[in-house]
Amino acid sequence: MNLTKHDHDIAKTQKLHTTSTQSSIFQINDLNLWYGSDQALKRVSMNIPENGVTAIIGPSGCGKSTFLKTLNRMVELVPTVKTSGTITYHDVDIFSSKTNLVELRSAIGMVFQKPNPFPKSIFDNVAFGPRTHGIKNKKKLRPIVEESLKQAALWEEVKDRLHTSALSLSGGQQQRLCIARCLAVSPEVILMDEPTSALDPASTAKVEELINNLKKKYSIIIVTHNMQQAHRISDKTAFFLNGEVVEFEDSVQMFSRPSDQRTDDYINGRFG
Amino acid sequence: MQRKHLPSVQESTGFPEGLKHVTKEKLTQKSFKSNILDVFMAYIFKFFGILAIILLGVILFFLIRESIPALREVGIAEFLTGQRWNPSSSEPGYGALPFILSSLMVTTGALVIAVPWGVFTAIFIAEIAPKRVRELLKPVVETLAIFPSVVLGFIALVIIGPIVAGVFGLSSGTTAFTASVILSVMALPTIVSIAEDALKSVPKSHREAAYALGASRWETIQNVILPAAMSGVFAGVMLGFGRAVGETMTVLMAAGNALDMPITQFFGVWLPEFFQSVRTLTANIAIQGSDVPWGSLHYSSLFVTAIILFVITFIVNLASDLLISRQRRKIGHE
Ligand SMILES: Nc1ncnc2c1ncn2[C@@H]1O[C@H](COP(=O)(O)OP(=O)(O)OP(=O)(O)O)[C@@H](O)[C@H]1O
Ligand SMILES: [Mg+2]
Repeated sequence: MNLTKHDHDIAKTQKLHTTSTQSSIFQINDLNLWYGSDQALKRVSMNIPENGVTAIIGPSGCGKSTFLKTLNRMVELVPTVKTSGTITYHDVDIFSSKTNLVELRSAIGMVFQKPNPFPKSIFDNVAFGPRTHGIKNKKKLRPIVEESLKQAALWEEVKDRLHTSALSLSGGQQQRLCIARCLAVSPEVILMDEPTSALDPASTAKVEELINNLKKKYSIIIVTHNMQQAHRISDKTAFFLNGEVVEFEDSVQMFSRPSDQRTDDYINGRFG
Repeated sequence: MQRKHLPSVQESTGFPEGLKHVTKEKLTQKSFKSNILDVFMAYIFKFFGILAIILLGVILFFLIRESIPALREVGIAEFLTGQRWNPSSSEPGYGALPFILSSLMVTTGALVIAVPWGVFTAIFIAEIAPKRVRELLKPVVETLAIFPSVVLGFIALVIIGPIVAGVFGLSSGTTAFTASVILSVMALPTIVSIAEDALKSVPKSHREAAYALGASRWETIQNVILPAAMSGVFAGVMLGFGRAVGETMTVLMAAGNALDMPITQFFGVWLPEFFQSVRTLTANIAIQGSDVPWGSLHYSSLFVTAIILFVITFIVNLASDLLISRQRRKIGHE
């Protein structure tokens, strides 16, 4: 099935009509994942809500990045990866052989832990996605680039030097550029893997503010090691431990009265 | 002189064993390692570095000194534009233009074959091939580089030549085209291994970023990996060029070595004639160098052709260096 923008809209309206409670964008059912013979995700089942911010927390090596990369099937770039279970997105199992990976990945954007702009100009970085999806005309690209940079709160800083190398930007600016690059393909979901861990507090605050603005339009799933950050910006939080989901709750609930002892220990810094 | 200060159990009173006990004396004392050895090694490296420069200077000096008589007598213009080469006849000709054109033609022809072939092979090895195929293909390509040039020349002479003659209906198979084909095989390993290194060194994060934006594998290669690796790929191509233009034995055996101008008129336009026997700058020096009377004008004019060859490679190297550094500046690596 081709997941085009049009289909998204139809699916969205259908959902609005059929369910009165908050609908979910991903329905994950009994997901297991192995790197060779090492199991990195174990029996993960959860429904990730549409729109808003879902935070993923957990100690190092518990499978947060793996989980995130599974959602757009980037994890399969590692040749030894095997999966079982289902992830349903717009009524399609993303693991099905019929899934169009290009469509899937342009609907699900990703921002990485380390800013990874291409060694190209600022403009060409943001225009990369649209160009890849067939918009070659500079006149059409220009407003997309501008709008994406504005949404990523970077426009004012770079509008006079769009054609200089992206590598000349600071780390924090590079990360916002990567967010702009991801927004330029107008995704529906944005996956963020510790997007602020390489940034200073001021840049972090900017990116958090940005996430706050974006969550009205996008479903954001963010991995973070920073409890305060998860608390501040997320609506729901999932606590991962050794590849399993220990607890998946409204953030307010989770950070005040976690229901599992292990969650309590982790968010209060007693291990991990 | 206290050469080395080994911490012993007695000395480290009060300190856990192994923890460094820093004193003012130790900080200020000169040691063998940091003073004598380092300085000595610095001189050694400098010596070898300078030796290479001196050697280059000496070679250049002899090239120029030996070619001065011919340059005085004949003039550089005759060498560069003359079309007849026959320094030992009673009516001598010193035109090296046929050799220059032949060298450029044979080399260009080799690159036209080897660059796409080599770059595609490098992309295949670096980006596409599954591990097992890659581990087979890489050593196979590298093995091509270990064949002595005389062996490849012989293959060109007895196998490729006759095939070329048969396919294109020529009386003789030793042509510029034949030489280009075999030279492309020789340039291939250089291009593949350097281009592959360059492709491999493109950070994984670029690939991930492209895939995450919904780019296909080919789009990722074409729009992200190749541009980022371009200067390295180009360096491989240039080294391949150097290999091809300086190669002697193979072209000597494959190209036929006729003295004619390697061009033909086609509807009033002069075009390079690839299906004809040609003689390159290198081949000519090899053929005539051994039996030319020392000190003669002929001898001196061979040196002039050597300088021409040197200048061609020098210009190409310089141009590629400039291109590469411009490319680096453009993408902001320095
Ligand atoms: N490419 C890979 N090949 C093999 N094993 C891997 C690979 N990537 C991750 N793993 C393993 O999978 C497990 C989960 O790794 P993952 O990167 O998802 O952890 P994480 O929760 O993101 O940790 P961190 O907080 O340190 O980023 C780890 O045990 C790790 O060793
Ligand atoms: Mg991680």
